Amino acid sequence: MPHDHDHSHDGAVPHDHTGMSPSGHPYRPDQDTALSYWQVMEIAVRELAVERGLITPAEIAAQIETMDARSPANGAAVVARAWTDPAFKARLLADASEASREMGFDIGPLRLIAVENTDEVHNVIVCTLCSCYPRNLLGLPPDWYKSRAYRSRTVKEPRRVLAEFGLTLPESTTVRVHDSTADMRYIVLPARPEGTEGMTAEALAELVTRDSMIGTGLPRSPGA
Amino acid sequence: MAAPTVSEPQLPVRARVRVRSWAAPGHIRTPWYLRGREGRIERALGAFPNPEQLALRQPADPVPLYRVRFTMAEVWGKAAETPTDTLDAEIFAHWLEPLDAA
Amino acid sequence: MEPGHAWHDMGGEAAGAVDLSTHDYALWEKRVDALMVLLSGKGHFTVDGLRRAIEDLGPEAFETMTYYERWIASVSRNMVEAGAWSTAELAAKMEEVARRGGTYGGANRV
Repeated sequence: MPHDHDHSHDGAVPHDHTGMSPSGHPYRPDQDTALSYWQVMEIAVRELAVERGLITPAEIAAQIETMDARSPANGAAVVARAWTDPAFKARLLADASEASREMGFDIGPLRLIAVENTDEVHNVIVCTLCSCYPRNLLGLPPDWYKSRAYRSRTVKEPRRVLAEFGLTLPESTTVRVHDSTADMRYIVLPARPEGTEGMTAEALAELVTRDSMIGTGLPRSPGA
Repeated sequence: MAAPTVSEPQLPVRARVRVRSWAAPGHIRTPWYLRGREGRIERALGAFPNPEQLALRQPADPVPLYRVRFTMAEVWGKAAETPTDTLDAEIFAHWLEPLDAA
Repeated sequence: MEPGHAWHDMGGEAAGAVDLSTHDYALWEKRVDALMVLLSGKGHFTVDGLRRAIEDLGPEAFETMTYYERWIASVSRNMVEAGAWSTAELAAKMEEVARRGGTYGGANRV
């Protein structure tokens, strides 16, 4: 991801402008549009912090690389392992942070709780006070997770919110909303889809979407 | 308010609690919509530095943190979408009033 | 909202439909994120300090500033509060950066 490297001296922008993000989408055009007040502040804070010896350009570049490497695929691997390994699933539900580390994911100080979807219960995650998200496992949150609409409504009318995501749940299913108000972060362990008997964990992970781990969606069906 | 001094969780799982309906300004991690609502302890999470102090660069006391489960009927009353759906939130001990007799 | 009910505490408030469109983060946004993680990780401020300063921006900031604009405003304020540099030093540096002019890419020192 050459776009994100600080090659040297004071966090200089590299000369390589591929213009594409790690997900293959274009960046917003901030890089090439007129400098904004807040961009000036970012450059100023970064340069002051480097000049005062508080951080180095290399640390900034490494931190950006670390965040870019975190994605829903990490969580999908954890979920798929839990679907195929009952002992791991038990460890995940007991301590999701340790289970994630056991799979080799660098989640830093993240304190993660996994909540399991069953025939009776559907879990959904929100942060009404800010935008707490299991970013150290899944990467940065989607914009809607940080929106006023999602933050305000999910705790009061979760079924209507889920319907906007295309997920309609029967009244017989209890919806359990989790408001990430303090030091914990949450990941939903979705139910394993029907028709996936015999599939490998690698193949199953392809079915696990980001939204299924937040609770605003379900895993894909095989072949879908 | 005196600084919380108890740092060991005291409330057992399923204990009934009421969230304090305090309305002081400040950096507070207890959502407004839960204030005054009754729920049950889902689990104790251990003690964490008090965010109300952390936000102000003060040395922060460790305070027990609990996950509390509420029914939507309790939180929203007649406006509840499905009264039997539930909501879990993390609430610090000094915001919880135990309802069960000791 | 009632007195004492802070704007950021929005659970249960009326709001419109969820906008499902999304965007990839720009380099400058990723740098803001990295500054927050690194500087808080080194003890210059806390995540609660970050949130507190965002809350203090007031309700209009949520509508008029983007997510990472609010973050850099808060990181900057927290670093001044931490004594890492003075308001005047920040102001002088911002003036110097702004004078480089042009685009975000062009204003970064090469």
